[in-house]
Amino acid sequence: MTDHDPREVFLAEANELLDRLETTLLDLGDRPDDSALIDTAFRALHTIKGSGAMFGFDQVAAFTHDFETAFDLVRRGEVPTSADLVNVSLSAKDYIRTLIEDPGATAPVIGEAILAELERLVSRAKTPSEPASPSEPEVPGPDCAPAGWRIGIAFAPEVLRNGTNPLALLDELRELGPCTVVPRLDDLPDLAALDPEHLVLGWDVTLRGSATREAIEDVFLFVRDDMVLTLAPLDAVEPEPAPAPTHAVAAAPAPVPVPPPARPAPVPAATSAITPAAKAATTPAARPATKAERRGQARNSEPRVSSTMRVEAERLDELLDRVGELVIARARLSQLAGLHADGGLHTIAEEIERLSAQLRDTTMSIRMVPIGALFSRFRRLVHDLSGDLGKPVTFVTDGEETELDKTVIERLADPLVHLIRNAIDHGIEDPARRAASGKDATGRITLSAEHVGGQVHVTVRDDGAGLDVARIRAKAEERGLVAPGVPLTDQQVYQFLFAPGFSTAQQISALSGRGVGMDVVKRTIEALRGSIDITTEPGAGTALVLRLPLTLAIIEGLLIRVGEGRYVLPLAAVEECVELPEDGRGERGRDFLNIRGHLVPFLRLRSLFAATGAPDPYQKVIIVSVGETRFGLVADQILGNHQTVIKSLSKLHADVATFSGATILGDGTAALIIDPAQLMAGGQIGAPEALRDFREVA
Amino acid sequence: MTDFVEAIEQGHALQVVMMRIGPETFALGAGMVREIIDPIPTTRVAGARPHLGHVVNVRGNVVPLADIRERFGMPMEAATPDTRFVVIELDLDGDPTLVALVADKVFEVTAVALESRQPAPKIGTSWRPEYIRSIVKSGNDFVIIPDMQAILN
Repeated sequence: MTDHDPREVFLAEANELLDRLETTLLDLGDRPDDSALIDTAFRALHTIKGSGAMFGFDQVAAFTHDFETAFDLVRRGEVPTSADLVNVSLSAKDYIRTLIEDPGATAPVIGEAILAELERLVSRAKTPSEPASPSEPEVPGPDCAPAGWRIGIAFAPEVLRNGTNPLALLDELRELGPCTVVPRLDDLPDLAALDPEHLVLGWDVTLRGSATREAIEDVFLFVRDDMVLTLAPLDAVEPEPAPAPTHAVAAAPAPVPVPPPARPAPVPAATSAITPAAKAATTPAARPATKAERRGQARNSEPRVSSTMRVEAERLDELLDRVGELVIARARLSQLAGLHADGGLHTIAEEIERLSAQLRDTTMSIRMVPIGALFSRFRRLVHDLSGDLGKPVTFVTDGEETELDKTVIERLADPLVHLIRNAIDHGIEDPARRAASGKDATGRITLSAEHVGGQVHVTVRDDGAGLDVARIRAKAEERGLVAPGVPLTDQQVYQFLFAPGFSTAQQISALSGRGVGMDVVKRTIEALRGSIDITTEPGAGTALVLRLPLTLAIIEGLLIRVGEGRYVLPLAAVEECVELPEDGRGERGRDFLNIRGHLVPFLRLRSLFAATGAPDPYQKVIIVSVGETRFGLVADQILGNHQTVIKSLSKLHADVATFSGATILGDGTAALIIDPAQLMAGGQIGAPEALRDFREVA
Repeated sequence: MTDFVEAIEQGHALQVVMMRIGPETFALGAGMVREIIDPIPTTRVAGARPHLGHVVNVRGNVVPLADIRERFGMPMEAATPDTRFVVIELDLDGDPTLVALVADKVFEVTAVALESRQPAPKIGTSWRPEYIRSIVKSGNDFVIIPDMQAILN
């Protein structure tokens, strides 16, 4: 814990800041006038610059400094935000990331080019806008022209611990004009009780001169959240706009040059200072008020801040391994306790069972992270793609708070990139075609996540043209994946999209070539023990639903016996259990069941696994579902639920596809976990079509 | 024995675990052997290759149980009180992999002189030559140093 590399800390921090910067810039693209966003971006830049310099990332600090300088003009309102500006800022952000992560991979020339572009945009935008919206210094208004300001400064007591130096801020104030600074000593404790890191002082400053309200607020830009700043114009010499003075005088009743040590009701003073300004309704005066409002809104919409700590992911993995072992040991204890009639032993076994279940749940929840962080990565992708392909697209996300195992989320990134790229490239039509079919020219991609039972569904939905079943089918026939004339359901046709190298695209898009095809998407999702469903409606769009388990490490399983062997079926796949009817009991009986009018084929696990031992006279059928297909698995006995800690099978068993892993049972023996999707894919379950025909005949 | 310690240090000898599998004596480099355990309940893996037909639980890991008698065309025999599982660690494509090996009897840890090493004779055995790394002399016997990677894959 102690020998942490401070650079690692910087890298982690910078990573978060850059992510935030990207989100903010993208938001800014949507709401160019939102000054709260501009402030957030500016603060992120400033922090990156500061800590970059502190940790020796000089290149980062230098580049960010220039970036920040250009952005400062935007923040002051001298330059309006534009789509171009957002795009250049995004590439500047990317450049900073490269500088931090792999400085060798880029050259200063690139940085200079980005800065030059930024400079060009900023100066071009600045020139024409000046006459249109006059900047503050030239226009006298209640906001900028009083003889001075009465400034009340009260910091939160802990600002010193965060590294804020109030004296430096006061010095900055002095640079704006001649100041009289009087400390507030009310809260000063006895010397013995004085904590040097606890700020007990406040200050009242009388600033003379023509400094603007915004210039003063800027001094405190980075500590505004941790302080109360009150500003009241000095009443001695008021400029022309008439309504202000009476209020201001009434609210600040002590027009003494040196303010009294006691706080002269600072809050009402500030409000009254703003109200007349708003009444005057001049543009520059109205702006700070709305700015403050927006900032307030932004703060309200920010997620609740809870205290957090960083832990290395490996430690969590280790913790989960230990918990897994505990769960296994617990199962053994319970089994042993079951053999003894010792009340005390039973009690303690139950206690351990309860505790280990709680510990397991807590550990799992530690590993759960909201999927939102992953979602926000794709905004950039959509933004860039939409520009590259000339298709305007709105990107909507939903269910960002849905939590999933960290590992699952990490492995989802690449498949989602591919699906989103597909949705924009192939799903959304170009604006002309959309207009022709009476749709909004701007396409819409929705990325959503939700909990459904023990699973999480992640959906990528577009409002494009929908899948063309005939074209996919034609392509599949052309590639020899299916013989012409074979009846297939639409769902079965869509499955061809996941065949390796299958593409109906006429042209390759700029972002292709990452090596992730739909077949890889499918394999990745299946490796996560998930599945993909496709729904599509011609003209209205396509939705791809990724059904994923909550976690990879421990699942609820159904323990079954086949011959002498015990196996685990993932409970998520199990629909119901029925007894095998008389006519199916022979080894060569009818291999399908009638479940409430539906024909359900089944597999005999005994013959599949070449089981030894006598078959149970009353065999059970476990109905499982894989995607749309339901089928039965015949076992000798259902032993019950089993908390299954998943252990991967050795590489030497990579050729055994039937089992997705193994687990350890209460008695210490290993049991294999059956993968129903593989059983189905193994060609054991025929095409439902053939069976459907059969049912119609029957 | 002290001669051997010196010989091992100088690279002239190899420390091995000697064991009997079927009628033959095998020597496995001691460095690859993790532990030697009494037989434990095994779980059959349907559909796996015959020499890797089972898995066992070794300290919480599900480990394949390799029975190399099949690979050498030796008859399968039931376990005896002498049967042991020798847990070895192999490097498979860069990943360390645990494998439990069925041995009919484990004798001792000893050192064999590498000077006596010779390649497997081309005639006189029905074994596939790639399964045998070399044959060394231990006392008056010839023992086989198998190539476990080749045998298992």
